[in-house]
Amino acid sequence: MGSTSDESRTPDRTTPATTTRTTTTGLGRRDLIKRSAALGLISVPTMGFLSACASSGGGDEEKAKAGKKTAKNPLAVNDTAQMEFVLFDGGFGKEYAEDAVKIYETNFPKAKVKFSATQKIQSTLQPRFNQGTPPDLIDNSGAEQMDMGVLVGKSQLADLTPLLDAPSYDDPNKKVRDTLRPGIVEMGQFDGDPVWIMYYAYTVYGVWYSQKALESLDATYPQTWDEMLAVCEKAKKKGIAGWTYAGKYPYYLPFSLYPMIGKVGGVEVLDAIDNLEPNAWKHPAVKACFEAYYELYKKGYVLKGTPGLDHIQSQTAWAKGKALFIPNGSWVENESANVIPADFDLAVSAPTGIDSSDKLPFGTIWASGGEPFIVPAKAKNTAGGMEQLRVMLSEASSKNFTSKVKSLTAFNGGTDGITLTPGLKSGVAALEKAGQNVVNPRLQDWYVQLQKEKIGVSGLGEMMAGRLTPAEAIKKIQGYADETAKDTSIKHYKHQ
Amino acid sequence: MQHGKYRFIVGFLVVPLGLYALFVIWPFIQSIYYSFTDWTGLSPEFRMVGLDNYKRMFDDDIFWKSLRHSLLFALVLPLVTISLALFFAFMINVGGKRRRGGPVISGVRGSSFYKIVYFFPQVLSIAIVALLFAFAYNPDSGAINALLRGIGLDSVQPLWLGDPDLALWCVMAVLVWSTVGFFVVLFSAGMASIPADLYEAALLDGAGRATTFFRITLPLLWDTVQSGWVYMGILALGAESFAVVQIMTTGPGGPDYSTTVMVLYVYQKAFRDGQAAYATTIGVALLVVTLAFAALVMRLGRRERLEY
Repeated sequence: MGSTSDESRTPDRTTPATTTRTTTTGLGRRDLIKRSAALGLISVPTMGFLSACASSGGGDEEKAKAGKKTAKNPLAVNDTAQMEFVLFDGGFGKEYAEDAVKIYETNFPKAKVKFSATQKIQSTLQPRFNQGTPPDLIDNSGAEQMDMGVLVGKSQLADLTPLLDAPSYDDPNKKVRDTLRPGIVEMGQFDGDPVWIMYYAYTVYGVWYSQKALESLDATYPQTWDEMLAVCEKAKKKGIAGWTYAGKYPYYLPFSLYPMIGKVGGVEVLDAIDNLEPNAWKHPAVKACFEAYYELYKKGYVLKGTPGLDHIQSQTAWAKGKALFIPNGSWVENESANVIPADFDLAVSAPTGIDSSDKLPFGTIWASGGEPFIVPAKAKNTAGGMEQLRVMLSEASSKNFTSKVKSLTAFNGGTDGITLTPGLKSGVAALEKAGQNVVNPRLQDWYVQLQKEKIGVSGLGEMMAGRLTPAEAIKKIQGYADETAKDTSIKHYKHQ
Repeated sequence: MQHGKYRFIVGFLVVPLGLYALFVIWPFIQSIYYSFTDWTGLSPEFRMVGLDNYKRMFDDDIFWKSLRHSLLFALVLPLVTISLALFFAFMINVGGKRRRGGPVISGVRGSSFYKIVYFFPQVLSIAIVALLFAFAYNPDSGAINALLRGIGLDSVQPLWLGDPDLALWCVMAVLVWSTVGFFVVLFSAGMASIPADLYEAALLDGAGRATTFFRITLPLLWDTVQSGWVYMGILALGAESFAVVQIMTTGPGGPDYSTTVMVLYVYQKAFRDGQAAYATTIGVALLVVTLAFAALVMRLGRRERLEY
């Protein structure tokens, strides 16, 4: 459509002449007609002009020249170039990023930083990607997240390898990539070596519960499924449900179900699922875990009405002590802060396995990056965007983030010397216990539709509401996975 | 001067038509054009793919489900809403008992109060209405199940939005609740313009309420009902149904695709999955359905206009 804008400019120049001439002779009917016609003439090219906005772009604007590479400026940032940073203004707020921007401004006093925070990532930035004038650093998060697969597939993102190989902010002898938590770099890759995304927050997924509630039942967190059922039975006798979950968004269930599958059958099972391999879901480990969860429903251990609750409602019921366990991520501590009682003693555990014959030890947990930061390929100052990320990945900035928003960051460490909230403390302990056994299923960032509405809502949600048996759910989900594998309109990815 | 008449009229129409073309027709043309491409909506590059998107759409189960639900919306919602609104409007304006010394035609006792009450939901934005009902439908602590428990129906605790057999009806009930007031007011205005002597004559002939309604009110109100029907149908196919489904339902669009509608599917494809071209294809299908609906209602509803 790019050509229309050029054609449209020609009639534009001639029309003003007609209109100015007529004004001097007063308003005859003839003039009126002429004028209206003139307006009509203008409106047609304007149409062309507007349409040109929709999907054509310049993108030829000059990139900022590289600056001088020094020990303090390893990415060779041009110290006079403007850097634009758009942040998702969500659960983590914007203060942590503003603090990091201040450091950037101190380091490059001549550079202008344009910082903005919005919840409407897609609506504000999609047109700018289409025009080829995206900002230099984006926190592509929230409900309006732009599809990463498409951005990567259409070569819209810059490879962050220079950032990862640059010396870290705190220790010039250590590369940035060596200061990160496990899985962060891999998560930013889609196919092959380039790293497109830098996940800044670090989320621990698992089974969340109140230590106090468990103690009042004389129980400890169950490590095998028989123990799990025993704890739930004990709770049931006291009128407490064993489990609840975000019934309206059943794609919260995988937060404990997927790592359980990984623990029972080994990481290969999860990789096969992510790779959309034929019959990946028919693995015995998947079947065992589905049946285990279905038993919770069968025995009446799931809070009544759960399939009609959204995430907030289920978390509230759980915080009020109506249910013991909830599959969730570490954001729950912040999100439900106003309903979690002060003496709740929030804790997270790696999911319960089946028994001692499981492939991986108890403690196997799902942890991965959150808050995906990207540097657009067509940004004018890519080096500036990456430098801003390097600042944020310093120990001081990471600590600032953790103490302000109660979440870990991709920076490995950064928890010494600050007081951690109960949930965060328990998350750090769970990560320590897991050691190398951290799994990272990718369906939720590779195939959003498959993960959320197909596996989540139509598969797991239906099974946990008792409308599908485990065998039926597996068959249905395998069908969806095969469909996705065949769909040529979706880009496919594989574990490296 | 006769020969310049048309040019004169055209002169006046050119600006509004130009604006209409710019903001209505042109976007339509653009979407139809994009439906033949593989545009993602996230980068300026795309190429023509011919009818691929349409072929894909015809094989897409979710599309057919959403089409079915949209058609159901367009059929059931106007029927229920307009029947209810007609009934309410009739009772408010005509249906009252004749009181000594009062006018011949009057509404039921307290009708002016009801008129205001019915209009209340119209004041709330649809997003707020949807949120309110999402809370009311909460099976654990929502108002509806609490009410059921309160009257001793402890065993009847439906999952409402969590139940694939109920979810769609729950959504429709919300739309009826939020729109019926508007039509009550619309029809009330229409009824006010029906001359009272027609009613008097009917009363003298011994006509009851039902006869009066079907023989006098409805025929004389037909034009208003018809445009109300089209308006409600478009509303049910478009923005309002999107808002309630997106805000209230599982997924959104579920459980098990039981509430997905075409507008929601367009939104998800364009803004979640980065498949803007496919989304416009579904949009074109939605355009066809909407036009067909309007044409059908106009055609079926054609009657001789009554002069009074």
